[in-house]
Amino acid sequence: MTKHETRIDVRFAALKKQKRPALITFVTAGDPDLETSAAILDELVKAGADIIELGMPFSDPMADGPSIQASSQRALKAGQNMIKTLDMVRAFRAKDDATPIVLMGYYNPIYVYGNERFLKDAKAAGVDGLIVVDVPPEADDELCLPALKAGLNFIRLATPTTDAKRLPMVLQNTSGFVYYVSITGITGAAAPVANDVHNEVKRIKSQTSLPVVVGFGVRTGEQARAIARGADGVVVGSAIVSAIEKSLGSNGKPTEATCESVSRLVRELSSALSAD
Amino acid sequence: MATKSIKAAEAALNSFATGPDDRGFFGIFGGRFVAETLMPLILDLERAYEAAKADPEFQRELTDLGLHYAGRPSPLYFAERMTAELGGAKIYFKREELNHTGSHKINNCLGQILLARRMGKTRIIAETGAGQHGVATATVCAKYGMPCEVYMGATDVERQAPNVARMALLGAKINPVTSGAGTLKDAMNEALRDWVTNVRDTYYLIGTAAGPHPYPAMVRDFQAIIGREVREQMMEAEGRLPDTLVACIGGGSNAIGLFHPFLDDKDVAIYGVEAGGHGVDVENGHAASMTGGSPGVLHGNRTYLLQDGDGQILEGHSISAGLDYPGVGPEHSWLKDIGRVTYVPATDAEALDALTFCTRLEGIIPALESSHALAHVKRLAPTLPNEHLLVVNISGRGDKDLATVAKHLGMKI
Repeated sequence: MTKHETRIDVRFAALKKQKRPALITFVTAGDPDLETSAAILDELVKAGADIIELGMPFSDPMADGPSIQASSQRALKAGQNMIKTLDMVRAFRAKDDATPIVLMGYYNPIYVYGNERFLKDAKAAGVDGLIVVDVPPEADDELCLPALKAGLNFIRLATPTTDAKRLPMVLQNTSGFVYYVSITGITGAAAPVANDVHNEVKRIKSQTSLPVVVGFGVRTGEQARAIARGADGVVVGSAIVSAIEKSLGSNGKPTEATCESVSRLVRELSSALSAD
Repeated sequence: MATKSIKAAEAALNSFATGPDDRGFFGIFGGRFVAETLMPLILDLERAYEAAKADPEFQRELTDLGLHYAGRPSPLYFAERMTAELGGAKIYFKREELNHTGSHKINNCLGQILLARRMGKTRIIAETGAGQHGVATATVCAKYGMPCEVYMGATDVERQAPNVARMALLGAKINPVTSGAGTLKDAMNEALRDWVTNVRDTYYLIGTAAGPHPYPAMVRDFQAIIGREVREQMMEAEGRLPDTLVACIGGGSNAIGLFHPFLDDKDVAIYGVEAGGHGVDVENGHAASMTGGSPGVLHGNRTYLLQDGDGQILEGHSISAGLDYPGVGPEHSWLKDIGRVTYVPATDAEALDALTFCTRLEGIIPALESSHALAHVKRLAPTLPNEHLLVVNISGRGDKDLATVAKHLGMKI
């Protein structure tokens, strides 16, 4: 486990004192274009996001549903690439030194950028953690261990198919937090059954002192609140990128409503999680 | 760790045929790059396959199905007129197009459906490009009464209409995929999304020697019957092993099936023929991942991929739907890097030319995929002496391609 304390560790410690679950918001970097995407990051924080998951767009997002697939396509079409994504983080960091940023995506764009170069540049840009969907613990030496060494958190997904025998391996080199995928499926699919999720979160928490957050299929404040019970945070992604998609003009360009519609949704989610 | 490095050293010294290692790697290629949801199942599959492989009853059942259902062994045929026309090496065709369903794909589907049944899975999904694997999967599902869904790019649904009809007739549900360019890569993405959603009851019957470990090794093992038969048949016909092997490469399952039993016969020259499309120097105009790509990670394995400088996967292009894939099986990537197999491209035009050439000379209409291999035979055979024995794998029959061929040759059908 990493010895360095990251912004993620600091943020969860603060939320624990406030007895409030984290609201973790996902958007794809460069969606619908670089400038709007940077403005959306600022809106997320203002509207109450505690942690930002920033998607590194990929042409073949195999674990994602239609909403996030489309957001990845919009970003790539607008010319997004890894260098621009890291630039975005750097620009955000110049304004906000507290809100943790987790880069999320698939391995290939990282591998092609060069693992070592990526870890160094990501850390320097102000990235706090990584979620790389298609690098399982069996391949920890590829990216996870070097990331920990570089001072980045490496956040693993635990899923309904991660059984008791396997869970310790998944948790072994995880740091920052554990992301429980509430359903067997792709992002943006049907909402999970809250009670099943609570039991699973309890099971994972009995094995780790790390915060456990829940994602996949959470769209509304009400759902977020129900799912968050017993967990340390909730991730909302597809609902936010859908809001971006719906706000676009008929030419696919952002409108005045784009930032506002994201902001409205995140405020709703945030107040639902804060209400006691 | 010590045993692993010894194993690797032995492999380097003595054999090209011992891979993959216990984590599924052929050198740096292969592996298991999948989401956590699938990982437990992939590990189950590996255990189930290892057990089946060692079980004589499983092997007996598979051999029996090959003999009585698929029509194995497929003939090794001396292509006399083509040999005379090209004026060099003695050309033999391995007639995989004569198998039930019209291609080598049935070899793998029979193996995997038996495995799926052993694992207690109740639903089968598959991806398909040309539709040959889709048809073979739909066929074995009909035979064993299992529900079958096939993901197929919308572009391919259009250009491979006869195979779509065959799958429907066999009772499979076809899901056209419109994301991306609507070809094989996109179909595989959608199949993976289905699998991650229905992981508990569903078996993903991958059609080529790619994907996460154990698929590349397992599909190869089921296809290696091709090369084993060629060894015996050539001994019988000529009293010795062939000098040269040629096969086309999309994902590379027919090729690895032919090549694998010969990898350690160092005097056997081996050629894999990739889809050169409009030409390998035309950006995004070909599907030759090894000739014109670079290493990356996609669909569960590290391998040569067609991609841009940011690691975004390119769509690629080939006249042949079965070769229109931006990756290749990881064992081929390794065989390329260590230099055991030579990989060369053949263009759309060369493949079309080889298709008509073969049809007129031998009365055999090869699939557009296999025609790429024949295109290289056409270049290579005249440079070789008359006693040289060359085997080319006719991996599939060309009936499915008639509409494409007619369009390109300006014929009305």
